Amino acid sequence: MSTPSADAPLLTLENVSKSFGPVRVIDDVTVHVRRGHVQVLLGENGAGKSTLIKMMSGIYQPDGGRILVDGGPVVLDGVRAAESHGIATIHQELNLVPTMSVAENVLMGRLPSRAGLLDKRAMRTTARRALDRIGLDVDVDQPVGELGVARQQLVEIAKALSLDARMLILDEPTAALTHGEIDALFGVVEDLRADGVGMVFISHHLEEIARIGDDVSVLRDGSLVAEVPASTDEDELVRHMVGRDIADHHPRRREYTGPDEVLLDVQHLSRHGVVDDISFQVRAGEVLGIAGLVGAGRTELLRAVAGADPYDAGTVTVRGGALPAKDVGSAIAAGVGHVPEDRKSQGLVLGASVNENIGYATLRSTARLGLVDRPGQRRRAQDVADRLRIRMRDIDQTARDLSGGNQQKIVFARWVLAGSQVLLLDEPTRGVDVGARVEIYEFINAITADGGAVVMVSSDLPEVLGMSDRILVMSGGHVAGELEGEDATEDRVMALAVRDVDRDAEDHSEGTSA
Amino acid sequence: MSTPTTSTPSPTPASRLRTGAGTFLANNGALVGLVALCLALFIATPNFLTGPNLLNIGIQASTIAVLAFGMTFVIVAGGIDLSVGSVAALSAMASAWVYSAAGLPGGLSLLAGLATGAALGAISGIAIAFGRLPSFIATLAMLSVARGLTLVLSDGRPIATSPAVSFLGGTLFGIPVPILVLAVAGLVAAFILNRTVVGRSMYAVGGNAEAARLSGIPVKRVLVTVFALAGVYAALAGMLLAGRLNSAQPQAAAGYELDAIAAVVIGGASLAGGVGRVSGTLVGALILAVIRNGLNLLNVSSFWQQVVIGLVIAVAVGIDVLRRKNTRH
Repeated sequence: MSTPSADAPLLTLENVSKSFGPVRVIDDVTVHVRRGHVQVLLGENGAGKSTLIKMMSGIYQPDGGRILVDGGPVVLDGVRAAESHGIATIHQELNLVPTMSVAENVLMGRLPSRAGLLDKRAMRTTARRALDRIGLDVDVDQPVGELGVARQQLVEIAKALSLDARMLILDEPTAALTHGEIDALFGVVEDLRADGVGMVFISHHLEEIARIGDDVSVLRDGSLVAEVPASTDEDELVRHMVGRDIADHHPRRREYTGPDEVLLDVQHLSRHGVVDDISFQVRAGEVLGIAGLVGAGRTELLRAVAGADPYDAGTVTVRGGALPAKDVGSAIAAGVGHVPEDRKSQGLVLGASVNENIGYATLRSTARLGLVDRPGQRRRAQDVADRLRIRMRDIDQTARDLSGGNQQKIVFARWVLAGSQVLLLDEPTRGVDVGARVEIYEFINAITADGGAVVMVSSDLPEVLGMSDRILVMSGGHVAGELEGEDATEDRVMALAVRDVDRDAEDHSEGTSA
Repeated sequence: MSTPTTSTPSPTPASRLRTGAGTFLANNGALVGLVALCLALFIATPNFLTGPNLLNIGIQASTIAVLAFGMTFVIVAGGIDLSVGSVAALSAMASAWVYSAAGLPGGLSLLAGLATGAALGAISGIAIAFGRLPSFIATLAMLSVARGLTLVLSDGRPIATSPAVSFLGGTLFGIPVPILVLAVAGLVAAFILNRTVVGRSMYAVGGNAEAARLSGIPVKRVLVTVFALAGVYAALAGMLLAGRLNSAQPQAAAGYELDAIAAVVIGGASLAGGVGRVSGTLVGALILAVIRNGLNLLNVSSFWQQVVIGLVIAVAVGIDVLRRKNTRH
């Protein structure tokens, strides 16, 4: 290693640039990662955060500028090279083998052996020591897949530290975690900071930045636009990020003036062990928010209403017509559109074009004699994509290549094209950057202004409070309460959400495992 | 990224202009390989580029190509069909049997063969869609069942085919009928995949079955259709083969499923589903046929031919993997 110097940053990206073909994705950016310091990378999807991370972890090499470790220039020409300098990345998609034990995962690739045989005792002890460092109390013999996402993430952190990592890159580590789990994760981050580990932290949740970060590098369109302390006011951070003011983060407007009509009527819906006797109505022009903890049955409720999952009892009625259970086609024909929880695994065919993805729900209804109306389909998809301002090269671009926000808009576009009047949205802005998020809110306003009805499940409390006209709070599979107007506060929602939860706490922690 | 290989084979004029010749080559590596192969054989032996030999290649390619067209539906929809060789044999045998033993007229015996293939494929499809068996297992079972039934039906002996089926092995206006069948079957398959609702649904189901289901695509019905179509194509291939010999053989087309899968994969389809084109499959089948023909012309033993074919599959798919890796940044 070259001339280590005590007060030099652990890692510096110095004036780095990177182009893919003609597109310059990173332009002259400098970022320092210091010992015992949490450096936040902030920016909209596509701003260049992931490219920077990939440079730090050796996946990409910069075209211009240099990378310094301990003040000396290095070449990180692969993940191994980065690891040899003590740089480890905790990716959003965890690199664990779910069927193998915690200990095997921690020591993957360097399992201790004696005379060619696996030394199980040494494996357990080493793994135990690695887990103890971050205070993670799990059975080392348990298959990793049986742990919840949060603990899997901690296993991965333990694994990185046991590889002598001095610097951790945490790529949206909180995206899939509950409030309690985030607290636990941040506790670990605090400990590591005290130990002198340098960290890079990425999150779309601005409130987390002040809690956990030290300094923020704000990126926009591949350039570094600001370097500010983490205590900076959220509105100012947003201004740096999007290059303009976003006056209202949750611009809910009720503009429907038509006749008062119940569009969606759910009565006594039950599915054994998942949702229990749930009834609610949504009227034209209304947004019903559904809040609750992870595992409260919100997604399951939405999927049952959408016809995606079966249910044991109850009725779902749209505009007075009863829908058959577990029949997505009938629900769509009745005007129901479902934006599922995970757009990548449930919402999109990632390898197919934007055009195809927008058209799936209307493939059959616009066909003649079983033949697809290709020119018409294309024209309509282009039209909707323009209206929703989906940012893409052209309509034939592969869905995989778009940013999270634009991918989510594709799923919305599908239901706009289908003329859906009842939209069931499951975490509609998860992993979506601030700019696209506001566009999605505006879209919700437009749908309801036209007389549509929206049911929105969200774990983002400010979002539920800001965008809903009424809030249904779920807990343990049933309705814990309904809040409206002045009553709808963060405290009241949380008080209802945690009701009965003590008894079910064990179930929940199991239910959240991937 | 290059133009999507998954979807519409004809991009807009604008995107075609922009992507240009480089992308064409990158997306048609198998075609480039086929042309190079033909050039090499043209230089190596004077017998290659002659009318009779080319027709011979077309006839040789037709059985595998028709099987592989059916396999393209299955692989695009994210499945695999190991039973097509056995289904081809049983369908041809059933067609010959209803003619010789039951005395059905020739034209009807041809339809009976196709119906047998459709029924066998639909049974596999139902087991996969509704019985939730992995397609590998369901069609492995069908491979054995169909071959067994072929032996039961024929008592292990060849049965003479009807004139209608034998016609498939003949010539029409000087062109071998198998080549005409190959062309029509290919056009129909391409039409189904590109233009019909069920065809586009196959890409969606293969690309992401859950997203397809939540978009209202009847995934199970699509899967049954896919395997039934593969069965029909297998039956057609089986009767092409029987027609050339004027008899249905109990051991006909054994092992052909692997050649069909190879042709589809060489043609650029992904075994993960959602990607594949009929034109690619045709090129894949032609590559296999040209290699066999060329090696015969060069007097290479059939033992070595198997080695070469295996290497070609590995190299073709290996190049494809590398290409995909490079086009994705």
